[in-house]
Amino acid sequence: MSDAEQPMDDHVPGEEEGFEPIEVFPEAEDMDLRPGADNCYKCSTCDTNCPVAEVDDEFPGPKFQGPEQWRLKRQEDHDIDDSVMKCSNCMRCDSACPSEVPLSQMHNTARAEYVEENMSKLSREYWRNRMLSNYRKLAPLAATFPRTANFVMGLSATQWMGEKVMGIAGDREFPEFATQTFRGWWTERGGNDTSREQARAARARRGEDLENPHKRIAYFHGCYSNYNTPEVAKALVRVYEHLGYEVMVPEQSCSGTPMFANGMLEDARRAAETNVRELADAIENGADIVASCSSCSMSIRQEYPELFDFEGTEDVAANTWDAVEYLRVHEDLKGELEGTAVDAEFAYHAPCHARNQGLDGQTVEVLSAIDGIDVEDVGDSCSGISGTYGWKEENYETSMKIGEEMFEHMEDAEATTGLTECPTCSMQMGHGTGYEITHTLEVLEAALVD
Amino acid sequence: MAITDDVLVIGGGIAGATTALAAAEEGVDVRLVTHKQSTLRNASGLIDVLGYTHEGEGPIVDPFERLEELPKGHPYERVGTEAVRDALSFFDAVAGDAYAGSHTDSNALVPTHGGTVKPTARYPVSTAAGLASDSQDTLLVGFETLTDFDAPLAASHLEAAGAPFSARGVTLQFPGIVRDDAKLTRYAHLLDHEESVSTGSGDRSAREALASIVKPHLEGESRVGLPALLGDEHAAEVRADLAESLGAGVFEVPMGPPSLPGMRLEDLLYDALEDAGVRVTSGVPVVDYETDEAGAIDHVLVDRHGQEIPHEASQYVLATGGLVGKGVRSERDRVFEPIFDCYVPHADDRYDWFVDDVFGEQPYARFGLVPDRELRPLGADEEPEFSNLRAAGAVLGGYDYAAEKSGAGVSLATGYVAGGRAGTEANR
Repeated sequence: MSDAEQPMDDHVPGEEEGFEPIEVFPEAEDMDLRPGADNCYKCSTCDTNCPVAEVDDEFPGPKFQGPEQWRLKRQEDHDIDDSVMKCSNCMRCDSACPSEVPLSQMHNTARAEYVEENMSKLSREYWRNRMLSNYRKLAPLAATFPRTANFVMGLSATQWMGEKVMGIAGDREFPEFATQTFRGWWTERGGNDTSREQARAARARRGEDLENPHKRIAYFHGCYSNYNTPEVAKALVRVYEHLGYEVMVPEQSCSGTPMFANGMLEDARRAAETNVRELADAIENGADIVASCSSCSMSIRQEYPELFDFEGTEDVAANTWDAVEYLRVHEDLKGELEGTAVDAEFAYHAPCHARNQGLDGQTVEVLSAIDGIDVEDVGDSCSGISGTYGWKEENYETSMKIGEEMFEHMEDAEATTGLTECPTCSMQMGHGTGYEITHTLEVLEAALVD
Repeated sequence: MAITDDVLVIGGGIAGATTALAAAEEGVDVRLVTHKQSTLRNASGLIDVLGYTHEGEGPIVDPFERLEELPKGHPYERVGTEAVRDALSFFDAVAGDAYAGSHTDSNALVPTHGGTVKPTARYPVSTAAGLASDSQDTLLVGFETLTDFDAPLAASHLEAAGAPFSARGVTLQFPGIVRDDAKLTRYAHLLDHEESVSTGSGDRSAREALASIVKPHLEGESRVGLPALLGDEHAAEVRADLAESLGAGVFEVPMGPPSLPGMRLEDLLYDALEDAGVRVTSGVPVVDYETDEAGAIDHVLVDRHGQEIPHEASQYVLATGGLVGKGVRSERDRVFEPIFDCYVPHADDRYDWFVDDVFGEQPYARFGLVPDRELRPLGADEEPEFSNLRAAGAVLGGYDYAAEKSGAGVSLATGYVAGGRAGTEANR
């Protein structure tokens, strides 16, 4: 019986017999997104937040990609529309929706289905996307020969090849690989044993109990701070140790963010399985998980429980923190920063994935306790790169158009150094303005650690 | 350690933002936590105070004269007429020259996209040239791809409603829009950034192209109304350029959701919050609270994707909205306020929550908290639920904003009072 056939009398269902909800759609076999689709009252708030739909005539916006496409798909002869690949996975629609529609979850599943069923596994696009989203797999090679890799990647011939053969935007500079990875440094430094000693020394200096099983964290560094910006990861270690924390660095794979964005859900599942297993172990050992990259923490906290159900997924999600947020809640961070000084000005951009975790005001707020520092928020626009999105030749122009507002606001700001927590926002900020870009943790290190 | 401030405002619409601004005036630390984006994006951007009496009489000429008649328990009755005036002046100072209407107590009549006129106390300057009390002849321009606004229909509706001018509507193709379902922001972006668009006579800037297709349709009308999409960040510039090219006044007709005037109002309020030093945390919900020994709220818990982060303040204001904003929720057998479970009076039988006449006096429209004169929500025993909790905006019950046209005004007035009071208390 459909809704329309419901009897129109004064009979109150459920009065005599138990209430039986009407099944309009068949039972969900997989993930049940129906309640999400039903919650959409089509106000289009998501559409007005979509940075891509504002500038790209080929993109129909999140309301279509999410709930409308979901409904269309109930008819069996409908394929996922190829425009789903234009979504940059910034996830702004999630925090926009006033009605609890899980838009990014719908996009992630639709994109995965599209790639699985409609994208040729022999196409250039498939392999390019697979390569971009599995950067973690290529990075170890480059990290083994970083100077060669940086030299080759920097060659204009390589960039031309990248664009013509692979469809990677030729105007982008490949990020430089560090000469020593963070994990290389960590091992050389003596790993967890050294960290335990450092933490004990700090506790002694701070007049705390030398043994404190609660001051233990496991660091999810992600790929970028391991291979490209180990100074961010080192800053995290030094700041935490300075405050008396023992740091552990568990085995880990990519967080999965670039894979979700490219519909490579099986790759993401494999990576997530490793991460959940390793991080659950760390939690078992008394650690909380912290991440320095806002997309990594977003992925573990939101996308894992939305998309996977390995044992421990919920537990890992519930015990993962943004690294600065963790200190704000567990330490008197404001008190620690009082009396410290850093003489610098920064133009700060809040990454979309930090925004979605309620962290967009955090950096400006925390750093304001430091003397001599001036941090200006450059507004709530999206940087436009959205991970691998802006690396694709076909998206490059759109990506730069989206970023225009941020570039303008950065140039208007006094500072000539940028600040953000997201590696790819950082690339875009540097690419659009030529500024050096740093990470909040590096500023905290400068303030707190001698 | 909890994240600590003096005043914590929960909710980020007109009521929440006004509360936070009023509290900040008292010189205390204020934080505003908002779960999702506010429903301002669904709002017209008009600031109405009272358009119709609670008995449906109207449109009202002078809302302030009629406030005294409102029944006991109505939010305006709770705060008093003076507070409504003060709240509007407070808004005027925040809005500056982005809004008009402060020169008079009388309601302005703003034409809407349905061709009706809405009585309102303040209106965005973009709508100012279109007031229905003005007798200039009017051309309304709609676009093929924007089905929400049927200009010829709206024009005849205006005439039929007795507008003191002649109105005509035409429907055109918006230059540069290539999809039937282009987003509102796409239209605004084209005009804001003067993107180059192709027209029959070669490539031109989007503003020029738009003016050039409208101009031939002018038949002596001295003003032109377009749907509210004339730019976002550079809206004033876009209007001025169009007016100059057309040689006529240009105004925006407020639209249904999503609404650019609502978004601009949101931007205006959030810029003011930043200037006032209010900390804003968005995208995460308040899910629970703990009380101290005296039964006051000690701290609330904010869910940040799994972690419940304690946020502590000495005063709290609840401004989470009504049934649409989800500050008041319903299940099959109850209506409730989800964070503090404050008392929401309602009939036990859900068939008594509504009446069959759609436009009749709907009980559900009045669902919400019952406040005392300081806007502290009261329990069923008529005692304040918590000594340090106040409520503002649509989470309050006892009024039907859609029927009265009082949504923005109630949010402003109660936000102003609750915020000011919370700020003063926090200072003690």
